[in-house]
Amino acid sequence: MTTATSPQARREVAIVAFAQTRHVRDSATLSEVEMLMPVLHEVLGQVGLTAGEIGFTCSGSCDYLAGRAFSFTMALDGVGAWPPISESHVETDGAWALYEAWVKLLTGEADTALVYSYGKSSPGRLRDVLTRQLDPYYLAPLWPDSVALAALQAQALIDAGDTDETALAAVAGRSRTAAGGNPYAQESGDRPQGAYVVRPLRRGDCPPVGDGAAAVVLAAGDTARRLCERPAWIRGMDHRIEAHALGVRDLTDSPSARLAAERAGAFDAPVDTAELHAPFTSQEVVLRKALGLGDDVTVNPSGGPLAANPVMAAGLIRLGEAAARIHRGESRRALAHATSGPCLQQNLVAVLEGEDR
Amino acid sequence: MSAVTGKEPVAVVGVGQTHHTSARHDVSIAGLVREAAQRALVDASMTWADVDAVVIGKAPDFFEGVMMPELYLADALGAVGKPMMRVHTAGSVGGSTALVATSLVAARVHRTVLTLAFEKQSESNAMWGLSLPVPFQQPLLAGAGGFFAPHVRAYMRRTGAPDTVGVLVAYKDRRNALRNPYAHLHEKDITLEKVRSSPMLWDPIRYSETCPSSDGACAMVLTDGAGGRRAPGPVAWVHGGAMRSEPTMFAGKDFVSPRAGRDCAADVYRQAGITDPRRQIDAVEMYVPFSWYEPMWLENLGFAQEGEGWKLTESGVTELDGDLPVNPSGGVLSTNPIGASGMIRFAEAALQVRGTAGGHQVDGARLALGHAYGGGSQFFSMWVVGSGHPGE
Repeated sequence: MTTATSPQARREVAIVAFAQTRHVRDSATLSEVEMLMPVLHEVLGQVGLTAGEIGFTCSGSCDYLAGRAFSFTMALDGVGAWPPISESHVETDGAWALYEAWVKLLTGEADTALVYSYGKSSPGRLRDVLTRQLDPYYLAPLWPDSVALAALQAQALIDAGDTDETALAAVAGRSRTAAGGNPYAQESGDRPQGAYVVRPLRRGDCPPVGDGAAAVVLAAGDTARRLCERPAWIRGMDHRIEAHALGVRDLTDSPSARLAAERAGAFDAPVDTAELHAPFTSQEVVLRKALGLGDDVTVNPSGGPLAANPVMAAGLIRLGEAAARIHRGESRRALAHATSGPCLQQNLVAVLEGEDR
Repeated sequence: MSAVTGKEPVAVVGVGQTHHTSARHDVSIAGLVREAAQRALVDASMTWADVDAVVIGKAPDFFEGVMMPELYLADALGAVGKPMMRVHTAGSVGGSTALVATSLVAARVHRTVLTLAFEKQSESNAMWGLSLPVPFQQPLLAGAGGFFAPHVRAYMRRTGAPDTVGVLVAYKDRRNALRNPYAHLHEKDITLEKVRSSPMLWDPIRYSETCPSSDGACAMVLTDGAGGRRAPGPVAWVHGGAMRSEPTMFAGKDFVSPRAGRDCAADVYRQAGITDPRRQIDAVEMYVPFSWYEPMWLENLGFAQEGEGWKLTESGVTELDGDLPVNPSGGVLSTNPIGASGMIRFAEAALQVRGTAGGHQVDGARLALGHAYGGGSQFFSMWVVGSGHPGE
C-alpha cells in the first residue's frame, strides 16, 4: 500500500469555523432542519460567507436515526441550495464528510467547504437502533446492543490488566468535570458512577443519549488566512477500518486508530491536545494506548462524548473542538479522532496545527 | 484538466459487475459485492493488495434493512487495514461514489482506489422503504413513479411531444439490453406493440416504460496517471466530473429541466473542453428510470434545444446505430439495482471508450458521458471519460 504524496507537498487546508447546538436528551419540538439551521447560520456567519459562496458542501447523517429513507434531503433544503451547489453526503459520522471535503479542497476544485452533520437519537431507542448496523445474517438477529458490546470490550481490558473500574470512573469524572466549561454539553459536573448498565460498565461509563448538530467551514491557503485569524491547519488526516466481527479483533487494541494516526503524521511531533471520540470510558483507555498519548496531553477538554454524544455529529464535534482550541490559541498541535462501528471498528485521525506568528 | 489545476490524471483500468436479476438468492450482500469487485480487479489485472482504499455507495439503507452496511462489508471488500468510505446521495449515489473515488486519486491521496455500489432489493421492499410517512411533510406514498409522472406530463404539455415517444425509448432500451449479458431484463420477444399495450401504471407511464427492481453490484478500479499509462488493458481517462444539488421543493423549481442538472453538465463539459456535446460526445449512459426521462434529459444535458429532445428520440438518433447512442447497455430501464444504477452508467461509459462493451459496443466511441440523478430530481452526478489522455 502506498500513499501517493507526502503530506508536505499537499495544498494547505484549515478548519476556520466551528459551531454546534446545545445538545439535549430530546428535541421533539424541533425537526432536523430546525435543529440544524441555527448552526449553519452561525458557522457561516463566523466567516461572513453565504451558502452560495461556499465551493463544496458535504454532510453526514444516518437514515436509521430518522426512521426513514433519504432523511438528508430535507436538511439540504435548510442549507438553501439555490442556485444549485456542489454537494455530497456520507451515511456516517460528519467526520467522514469533513474528510471528503478535505480531499475535494486538495484537488483544487474548491477553496472553501461547508461540512455539517446531525443526529436525533430521541425518536427511537438508540441501543436497539445501533444493532441494525451489525452483520445482518449472523449478528443483528441476536440484537446485541451497543452498551453490551462495549461492555465486552471493557471486560477484555480489565482481564488484560489494562484498566479497572476505579480508573474508568476517573475517566468519567475527569470528562464531565471538564464539560463544566462547555456550554453545549448535555451532561456536566462530577456525578456518581451509578448502577451497572451492563457489567462492568456503569451509568457513568456510558455516553448520554441525545440530539444535536455541528458544522465546520474549511478553507485552503490564503483564503483560510483571510477568513480566520488563527486557522487550524489540517497537517494530515487518515482513516482505517478493521474487520467487523468482534471475534477476530483484539478488543484491547485499536490497530486502525494507530495506523490512521501514523498516516496522518500524529507521531511526527508531540501533540498538546487530543479530542477523542470514545463514547465509553473504556474506549478512552484503548485509544490512549493506540495513539501513545501520555499524561502530558490534555484529553477531551470539552468533556468529550461522555458529556454529549449526538450520534453522527459526535466525531465531527471532536474535529471542531480541537480546531476551536487552536483558534483560541489554547493549543498549538492537536489530535482529533472520530470513530464508527461497534467497539471502535473504524477510526479517523486528523492532526491540526496553529501557526505561530 | 490536469494542466489547469495540477490535479493527478485518473484512469479507469477495471470494470466489473454482477449479472443483475430480481433476486440473487445464491449470495449474501457480501457475496454480491465481492463478485463485482473481483471482476473489476481481474479486468484491471490487479489483486486486492494493489488497492489503497475502498469507496462504497448505495441508496437508502432501508432498502436492505441494514444500517451502514459498509461496516459489515469491510472484510468482503478487502478493506481491513485500509480506508473505507461510504457515500449516499440518493439515486445519484453510484455516480457520486465514483467521483469521490476519483477525487482521492486526483488529489494524490491514494494511487489506486476500488469503488463499488450495490443494491440487493430482494432482501427488503424498496416501495416500502421510500414510502414511510413523515410527520408534517408531503407524503410520497406511491413510490417513485407516482412522484415523477406529473413531471412527465408537464414535459409533454410543454413540448407538445406525441405520446408515443416514451414507448420508443423503452422498446430501444429493452432491445439494447438483449446485447448486454449483465442486463437484468432480456425480453427476447419484445415488440413495440407489447410496450404500447402494457398496463398503465402512473399515467402516462406504462408498465413496460418503468425500470425493474434488481439485485446487483458494479465496481471500478481507478488509478493515477502512471498506473493508467502502464495498464495492460485499455483505459478510460476521466476528462471531467461534477456533482450538483438543489432543494427538493420550492416555488422556483423546474422539475422538467432542473437547473442543478444543467449546471452540472456545463461544469463537466467545461472541464472536458466540450463546447458542442451533440457533436463531440459519442455515447451517453443516461439515468432513465422511466422512459420519458430520455427526451427530458437530452434537453437538460444540452444535446437538444429546449422542447426538441423528443425529436432526437423519435428520429432514431439515440438508437444503438444512431448518431448519438443513448443507453447502449439497456440502461436503468433494463437493470435497476438502485444504488448501483448510477455507477453502472459511469462504468458503461468507461467500457464504451475502452472499446470493451462487447455486443453493445458503439463503433469508434472516443468520448462518453455517464449521468446519474436522484431524490426529487435534485441530485446530479456526471462524468465524461475518453479513450485519450486528458492532457493530450
